[in-house]
Amino acid sequence: MINLNVNQKAYQVDADPNMPLLWVIRDIIGLTGTKYGCGVAQCGACVVHLNGEAVRSCVTKVSRAEGQKIVTIEGLSADNNHPAQVAWNEENVPQCGYCHSGQIMSAAVLLKENPNPTDDDIDSAMAGNICRCGTYLRIRKAIHLAAEIQRKESASK
Amino acid sequence: MKKQLNTQKRYLLPIKAVAVIGVLLCMVGIMAFGLNKKTEPIAGDTKSLVIKKDSIASVKAFKQVYTVLMSARCMNCHPSGNIPLQGDESQLHTMSPQRGVDGKGVYAMKCANCHQATNTPGLHTPPGNPNWHLPPADMKMVFQGRTPRQLAKQLIDPKQNGNKNMQQLIEHADDGLVLAGWNPGEGRTLPPMSHAAFKKAWITWLTTGAYAPKGK
Repeated sequence: MINLNVNQKAYQVDADPNMPLLWVIRDIIGLTGTKYGCGVAQCGACVVHLNGEAVRSCVTKVSRAEGQKIVTIEGLSADNNHPAQVAWNEENVPQCGYCHSGQIMSAAVLLKENPNPTDDDIDSAMAGNICRCGTYLRIRKAIHLAAEIQRKESASK
Repeated sequence: MKKQLNTQKRYLLPIKAVAVIGVLLCMVGIMAFGLNKKTEPIAGDTKSLVIKKDSIASVKAFKQVYTVLMSARCMNCHPSGNIPLQGDESQLHTMSPQRGVDGKGVYAMKCANCHQATNTPGLHTPPGNPNWHLPPADMKMVFQGRTPRQLAKQLIDPKQNGNKNMQQLIEHADDGLVLAGWNPGEGRTLPPMSHAAFKKAWITWLTTGAYAPKGK
């Protein structure tokens, strides 16, 4: 059995240690917000946070995640109110929506490490998340808005 | 009497000549040994490392070293820009991941987000190593575009080689990321010689004086 902590909840899963974390999250634990895109770390649809880093769960073995802190899109905020989620909604960013849980999880790491990102910072951070609908400009706009929301939240605390 | 002295001087001339030539030959020999086969310990080393200067053997060994360092498996992580290279053709890494300050990427694009501790099985999957990274931003240790002479001089300069002394340079042949070049994952070409042959050439180059090839 492998002990996992996903979205602050403990799980014991009976899985091969070499199974990709994505399989465990979706098929065993049942959290299907994280998507399968390419399976070879090329598209970013499967991004989850592993100890705060935006890892690609399709190539991350579940053994790497054992005993670590995993956060999926379902656990990013208590009420879908992470600044990135609010901004994504405000800017109507998604088209088909398939890649956006991965996009938001990557954006969340950027916003955590850089509260006031420039366009170049956003491009550097988001270059590994592909959107077939081409929503890149709205993604960039939403990240700027999310940064603004985050700054206001910080100021009001 | 005078005639007898002159005969004696003439008799001694060949002996003097032989002695002078002998002295000269000894001096030339000592100088030659001093210039070409100088044996000296390397300062600051913890182990008893001895170098025997031999410019010809050193340059010959470096030519082998250079073919390995400029192969895709080594050069791809020593790019001239801030984006790593990828594949046997050493093209820019897809997604344009950035070096970052510590060489481990930036924000959501850190090396270890995709590169696991071991190679991911299958073609076109990320190769792995527990310490996957580029050289840091303050010491980029560029291989791409360097001539043999430039690279040789760079490699032995602590201000450009990650502050390594001779002993540390020798030990670097067995560094985990260096060894990863010979375990690159499916579909990637190996460096042009075995790791053992590379290590031998590397140590030969360093212990014969780390001479830089002539040229630009």
